[in-house]
Amino acid sequence: MTSVAHKTAETHDAHHAPMSFWRKYIFSTDHKIIGIQFLFVSLFFLLVGGLLAMQIRWQLGFPGKPMPGGGILPESMAAGGVILPEYYVQLVSMHGTFMVFFAIMPLLVGVYANFLIPLKLGAHDMAFPRINMASFWLALLAGLIMTTSFFVPNGPIRSGWTNYAPLAARPDLSGVTVGQMLWCVSIVVLGLSSVMGSLNYITTVINHRAPGMTWFRMPLSVWALFITAILGVLALPVLQGAAIMLLFDNVLGTHFFDPVAGGQALLWQHLFWFFGHPEVYILILPAMGMVSDIIANGSRKPIFGYHSMVFAIIGIAFLGWIVWGHHMFMSGMNPTLGSTFMVSTLLIAVPSAVKVFNWLGTMWRGNLHLHVPMLNAIGFVSMFTIGGLSGIFMAATPVDIPIHDTQFIVAHIHYVLFGGSLFALFAAIPYWYPKMFGRMMHEGIGKLHFWLTFIFYNLTFFPMHIIGMGGQMRRIYDPTVYDFLKPQQPLNVFISYAAFALFTVQALFVFNFLWSLKFGKKAPQNPWNDNGMEWSLPNPAPHGNWERTPNVYRGPYEFSSPEAGDKDFLPQFVKLPTDRDPVPAPVPAAGH
Amino acid sequence: MRWWLPDAGSTFAGPIDTMFLAILILTGIALVLVEVGVVTFVIRYRARPGRKAFYTHGSTRAEVIWTAIPAVTMVALGLVSNHYWVLIKDKKSVPPNAYHIGVHAKQFEWQITYPGPDGKLGTSDDFTVRNQLHVPVNEPVAAELSSEDVIHSFFVPEWRLKQDAVPGMHIIAWFQATKTGEFELGCAELCGMGHYKMRARVFVHTPEEFKAWLTQQAAAQGAGGGGSE
Repeated sequence: MTSVAHKTAETHDAHHAPMSFWRKYIFSTDHKIIGIQFLFVSLFFLLVGGLLAMQIRWQLGFPGKPMPGGGILPESMAAGGVILPEYYVQLVSMHGTFMVFFAIMPLLVGVYANFLIPLKLGAHDMAFPRINMASFWLALLAGLIMTTSFFVPNGPIRSGWTNYAPLAARPDLSGVTVGQMLWCVSIVVLGLSSVMGSLNYITTVINHRAPGMTWFRMPLSVWALFITAILGVLALPVLQGAAIMLLFDNVLGTHFFDPVAGGQALLWQHLFWFFGHPEVYILILPAMGMVSDIIANGSRKPIFGYHSMVFAIIGIAFLGWIVWGHHMFMSGMNPTLGSTFMVSTLLIAVPSAVKVFNWLGTMWRGNLHLHVPMLNAIGFVSMFTIGGLSGIFMAATPVDIPIHDTQFIVAHIHYVLFGGSLFALFAAIPYWYPKMFGRMMHEGIGKLHFWLTFIFYNLTFFPMHIIGMGGQMRRIYDPTVYDFLKPQQPLNVFISYAAFALFTVQALFVFNFLWSLKFGKKAPQNPWNDNGMEWSLPNPAPHGNWERTPNVYRGPYEFSSPEAGDKDFLPQFVKLPTDRDPVPAPVPAAGH
Repeated sequence: MRWWLPDAGSTFAGPIDTMFLAILILTGIALVLVEVGVVTFVIRYRARPGRKAFYTHGSTRAEVIWTAIPAVTMVALGLVSNHYWVLIKDKKSVPPNAYHIGVHAKQFEWQITYPGPDGKLGTSDDFTVRNQLHVPVNEPVAAELSSEDVIHSFFVPEWRLKQDAVPGMHIIAWFQATKTGEFELGCAELCGMGHYKMRARVFVHTPEEFKAWLTQQAAAQGAGGGGSE
């Protein structure tokens, strides 16, 4: 036994030997570096997605007018700077694709599952560091393939990020050839990356918790990322399969989704949304988890109803599998099936409501420190609430009829994905920035960014509910074609100005993020006075994290505990005289 | 500028608009509760030196209450919704006396087929009009939706009616217009680059007007003329 331990220690040391720049930062197997790689790449794609959105808003606000800077686009996209209908459809398709698959999903899962799971569990690294590295490089490859589709003949997909067949299955009907194939290939590669990542997260959570880190001592961020990984590993393969079938339809003429030769149009929708709805929860559960950690910290209080928060995550994830049909209420699917999906969809509001009330319960009688992460976390709670509540309109099937496929649903999804996920990221990024880079992001710029974003975000997306009620369909190139939409065109112009302002103020975030890398205040070891395991390490944490596997003595939210003495926090790693050391779990020999 | 749903133009609009309003009130109450809570707590419990947060892990009673209230509300909402959903979309709800027309969608136009003088769809005296939908007021009409190529969606905002037209499927959407006049039919499902201009004019006639229009069109068809714009 002694010799084994000795050997382990040696290999461990070998890990810490100085490495070349390439091994350390590029082909890294360190979960923290991989998380940071994901962060840079997905922030870049977030910017790309934002640029596409600006062009969409230009066209909707000022249809037919030459776009400023549009002259640099080729004539096949914008003739004389005026966006063409086919390019407009590509813009909406690729905005959704980039934001869902290459910005929000990797920002939440790629970055924070990687970065936080081992640190918060007291683990030295992921269970499979090399698979983890492969997961990042595959994600980057997928992103590059997707980007390439802008530069091929006929450009990228024209059938929405949802790629409804038969439009997406028939090049003669969509007018897209190579772009559609690249979309399918990119999604298959991305799915592989996601599955690899998810298996890693699941294994790590099950096997690599430090002694004393019981299931119900895990922070809600880790719970959420763990459940998200389970969703990912089950959902992505369905999309991959569907994407391969769609690719075959395009390349081999298999007609899986085209009734002209025995296929079924709705089959694509069932497959896509069987993936797509769990995907929605992949995009929100990690945000909920991280926001829970930050709200407890900012309120200096234990999370209200920890156990029910865990069960709500599990409940949402479970119900998330049986609600996909609500995307198809108008599709011609059996109306009785519609009733079933309506019930499950309405039920999923219950665990979501529980979470919101429990966050409020956490803030109640707290001692609120409104630092930038806390401000954005509160922004998340109030905006996600709007997104959740607007979902009820669409869940109630008769009410869905007039608003289905209108701007109302565009408003809804942006309240969930921007008001929800992105605000959570604006909370998480500065919160764990010191752990990543050893420096703090600027507090003043962060606050300014929060308030301006919060204001322009609402001015952009709230009016979309109203033009959606007025009947403006999604993805139409020029709303003024319809007489009934003309009267509300001034509101479209208003939304566009608000969107431009929203995009512009993001420069504050970009500046703050980059400037602080070099000039940010040096971070103290525990800048937020938090309880998490990660704050027992220096900033940034070294490769391998802890020299010795740490012990965990309590739950993650012991803020203002009477046992904490004159402090208002009691970290998981602090041993009080009354604490006993946990019995270490049998650790598999690490030398394998 | 309109700040509400379009004017009501069919028998569906009444219950749908009432439900919309009811949900708006319910969600409005929930929203105000949450936002007022957030703002109040931010002001009232803002950190002050020397103050300590109240140490609690939660309250089972509070959690049971705020789990049960949304659950009961959602179940009730589901029951009411389902009643109208079945009425609007279920196959068995199509009134037996409905006037059947064919609505065939293709990139990027609507082809509306009317039964000829025999009053039956699918016979040789049917005639087809492009991008014009004529219906009588206060009479149930059943649109038999089909598609030539990709998925389109039949959407008349005033009627609160939306139904996809799917290639390979035959879907019946019924409605009863309550207001005469001219409206618009749009495509609500992305169907390609011309999606935005897949628009048809909708005319709701009095029964007499409608009869006259039918006779005139049928005659024009019989004379070999195509009834189109």
